[in-house]
Amino acid sequence: MLSLIVFLPAAVAVVVAALPARLPARLFVGAWIAAALADLALIVAAWVRLPVAGVGPGGYAFEVRLPWIPSAGISYHLGVDGLALPLLAMTAVLFLACGVFALRETRRVKPYVLLFLALQTVSLGLFAALDLILFFLFFDLSIVFMYFVIAGWGHAERARSAALKFFLYTFLGSLALLLGFILVFLAATPHTFDIVELAAANPLAAGGPYAALTLLAIGVGLAVKTPTVPFHTWLPPAHTEAPATGSAILAGVLLKMGTYGFVRIAMPLLPTSWRQYALVVLIVGVVSVVYGALVAFAQTNLKRMIAYTSINHMGYVLVGIGAAGIVAAGDAQARTLATTGALVQMVSHGLITGALFLLAGVLYDRGHTYELGAYSGLAARTPRFAALFAVAAFASLGLPGFSGFIAEFQIFTGSLPAAPIPVAIAVTGILVTAALFLVALQRLFLGPLRIPDAPGTPHAVSDLRTGELLAIVPLLSLATVIGLAPRFLLDLVEPAAATVNTLVAR
Amino acid sequence: MLLWLLIAVPLLAGALLALWGRRVDPLAPALGVGVSVVVLGLAVAAAFIGPVTDTALFAGIRAGFAVDGLSAVLVLTVAGVLLAVLVSAAGEQGLRTGRFTGLMLVFAAAMLATVTATGLAPLLMAWEVMGAASWALIGYHVCDPDAVRGAHTAFLTTRTADLGLYLAAGAALAGGVGSLSFEELPTAGAGWRELLVAGVVVTALGKSAQLPFSFWLSGAMRGPSPVSALLHSATMVAAGAYLLVRLNPLLGSVGWAGPLVAWVGAGTALGMGLVAIAQRDLKQLLAASTCAQIGFMILAAGVGSTGAAVLQLVAHAATKSLLFLAAGAWLSALGTKQLGGLAGSARRFPLVGAVFTVGALSLAGLPPLSLWVAKDTVLAATLAAPAPGVVALYVVGLAAAAVAAVYSAKALWFVWRPAAGVAQPPAAAEVEQPPAGRLSAVTGPPLVVLAIGAAALGILPLLGHGLLRPEPGPRWWELVVSAAVAGAATAWGWRAATRLPEPGLLHRWWDLEQAARLLLVRPVHRLAHGLARFDDHVLDRGVDAAARATVTLARQLDRRGEPAVDGVVRGVVDGARALGRWAQRPQTGQLHQYYAQASVGFAVLAVLAVVVLVVS
Repeated sequence: MLSLIVFLPAAVAVVVAALPARLPARLFVGAWIAAALADLALIVAAWVRLPVAGVGPGGYAFEVRLPWIPSAGISYHLGVDGLALPLLAMTAVLFLACGVFALRETRRVKPYVLLFLALQTVSLGLFAALDLILFFLFFDLSIVFMYFVIAGWGHAERARSAALKFFLYTFLGSLALLLGFILVFLAATPHTFDIVELAAANPLAAGGPYAALTLLAIGVGLAVKTPTVPFHTWLPPAHTEAPATGSAILAGVLLKMGTYGFVRIAMPLLPTSWRQYALVVLIVGVVSVVYGALVAFAQTNLKRMIAYTSINHMGYVLVGIGAAGIVAAGDAQARTLATTGALVQMVSHGLITGALFLLAGVLYDRGHTYELGAYSGLAARTPRFAALFAVAAFASLGLPGFSGFIAEFQIFTGSLPAAPIPVAIAVTGILVTAALFLVALQRLFLGPLRIPDAPGTPHAVSDLRTGELLAIVPLLSLATVIGLAPRFLLDLVEPAAATVNTLVAR
Repeated sequence: MLLWLLIAVPLLAGALLALWGRRVDPLAPALGVGVSVVVLGLAVAAAFIGPVTDTALFAGIRAGFAVDGLSAVLVLTVAGVLLAVLVSAAGEQGLRTGRFTGLMLVFAAAMLATVTATGLAPLLMAWEVMGAASWALIGYHVCDPDAVRGAHTAFLTTRTADLGLYLAAGAALAGGVGSLSFEELPTAGAGWRELLVAGVVVTALGKSAQLPFSFWLSGAMRGPSPVSALLHSATMVAAGAYLLVRLNPLLGSVGWAGPLVAWVGAGTALGMGLVAIAQRDLKQLLAASTCAQIGFMILAAGVGSTGAAVLQLVAHAATKSLLFLAAGAWLSALGTKQLGGLAGSARRFPLVGAVFTVGALSLAGLPPLSLWVAKDTVLAATLAAPAPGVVALYVVGLAAAAVAAVYSAKALWFVWRPAAGVAQPPAAAEVEQPPAGRLSAVTGPPLVVLAIGAAALGILPLLGHGLLRPEPGPRWWELVVSAAVAGAATAWGWRAATRLPEPGLLHRWWDLEQAARLLLVRPVHRLAHGLARFDDHVLDRGVDAAARATVTLARQLDRRGEPAVDGVVRGVVDGARALGRWAQRPQTGQLHQYYAQASVGFAVLAVLAVVVLVVS
């Protein structure tokens, strides 16, 4: 079942690749939407069947394990638990939304659809992977495919250099990650890359400099992808130059690969070192929160602003998982809250920031610029766009009733006992994000009407079209459902978070 | 179930109305009134039945809601004022939209959830939604930049204070209260309990616009008057006082909290009362007086008198909603809310004038109106409190009561002053919006109902029991003293209305907003821009420089390193070639030369053999 979920988009891609490129664009996008819908249905079925299917001895459901390179301890090993399944679902939802949004894409649609189908397979594969090399493979392929999306469908000449920067920076990070994986592999007897076996064996339980170096390599590799301060400078240009769908996937799915790696690999495989350096992780998180929010506040370009708020939001994740490693101070409930909050934040950020980037794409489509100063008074002309943007902005600033609050409240409450002063500083992040979104709303929507007068700009700014509505509304609706009735998600995440914490605390 | 309905009905109806678009506008006022009638019915039922419910929220933290005596009073107040305000708003042309009605209902749902929540987590959720609804309602007229700025100031100021509640939740968990429920909070561990109380107090003071947070209420006055009548008099600003009343056992468990809260309340009652005297805009005057009147509730909460705080809250809710709705009626009819421009307004619209007079006299604390009773109950509770310094608190409170009488009299004098000419329109500078010249038919009934409340709610302690009959009640001489003070101050205020001092500092609300901008907003702005420059010029350039250095290194290697390595290889090749050439030399192909070479070779061998033999 998992293999089907992961490789369904790839299979569709193979079929699509065989079709001639001169067929109507809608056919290709339609194939993408159909694949994403089918995939989402499969994941929902897996979610529903999870209690029936039960988990294996390692704590994973729907496990598949086939020998791949047995001599090197590498196997094709997939499985899901409460950490992976919500992210799989979020990924499928986001790709579906991007597919619907892409219905109006006209530039070289066939390769575009092929790239996104490939991206979907590697993203789903990464969240289901239970082997370090398999994880690494998907991790690197995501970089490759995203490079082509940004370089090929970006906005301008600068897209090439932004894409190159993205590729080289994150690729360098992935090399550090590979180094860390090999260090773990060498420490284990028998040598293996299997995450479940490594977590059970805990080869680096003794700690020491070797384990610290391993954590550093894995940590830096994942920190580049997440990204955290100071490894984030590839993110703003990549977002600014990427097409709307590319930005949504980059922020919504690809950034989660970094944070998910911390929870899936760094915490269970290196528990001793994680506990030892948990405060460092937490402080890196706090710096990312405050720095990301403040720099976002100073931006005049909408996409750069949202990109920096992503750094801020990913900082909360690090605060939560860092606090989960400070075992001495917090009791089990606090650490469960912190880890659960971090997981919910990944899902929530995917939905909300995905919606925000799609909305930014709508703005670019109408005015051909992301500069906030170029617009004013759009609320009168585009009420639906204004309403959805306001909802997305309030969701992103952590208003209760949306998923962001569910995540951030748990992170703050669960982390404060472990490190009161750093967490108190991190809490101010929600104030700065509130200020920056209010300012953005004011600039774009209030005051006298002004739209950019650049060449090639359509004169009448039109409101959201049906396709755009159909892409964005479900994302925000899901964020609202999680915000008002989070139990369906938390019932899945909480046990898994508690398991991770147990692994860290041993 | 009843409790879920009480919250869900206005929430869902409001969300649907607000998002449905303009097509629903013609129906919106009627739907809004209909929903609020249902809400009032549910509130009455809930007040009698006292439902309790809860559901799982987070690990170990449940979202609980319950209606006890305190919540019942609040639920009825919110539902009642909501109905009155929505009926009244139906008469204002600009507010007959789905967006306005929907947002008001969403706000009411959040407020109802706030006053029934039984733990910090559900309270915080409702609390922040309330703030966001307030933002959307103050900035309802999106084309008015002042209104939008006021909305931003209100939301950001209250959210700054709300950070205290986030910290309080974490402190409660750290202190061992994993459920975050109100009942268990006082058992939190000693050190953490201090942080918990501090967070709660800051949040409550912020939401209730107490000093030093009061300034946000000034900007909020740019919003529509019905918004002020619901949010900024009866409900949202009173929520802070409610929270302190609800958490009174917690405040009592930390020695410094009660006196601190009491002094902030008394200080705000006096300080903001002085600000109210110095205002020339009716809504600004009313807003400052709201801060001051809520100061009495905070004072009561600080000295631990739940009943007095609740009585003041209910009496003030009716009185101030009435005054704001009357001010809004004049604003839409005459196009101004400047005191100077409102001359003759009470005579031109006698019904509004009459009910405004009732409200203003109640606000002045004149017997037998409701705020007279309520304020004296608060002062009596203060004097009876077993804390040091209560006499000083009582005196400050009494001075604040006198100040309240002065600003009420000032407002009354201006609206009753005869217009200079017959139906002379207000001066152009004072017209803020096109005057409609008449009042809508639906304006009257809610005003009359609220006026009856403002006049008569003072009898609640005689009728009620438990919560509504605070012990100790005011003694007879306290009632007489306060009535005499209020009467004298009212008379003086009426006579001196035009000569009352309006110093700039008081007119500008103690310059609190400027101070906040100077001390907080501007430094954060600077820091943000500085960090953004650092990000672009140092971090990003650093990465680029590393990449460029790699390219440079590669070029250098290409230019210098490659020839060197190549040179070595070539040297080896050349050497080998030279060796080969030398090796070729003996290969001449001529036999006599080979013999010669062989004999030389044998000679060398022979010499070598001799040497070896000799040595050995």
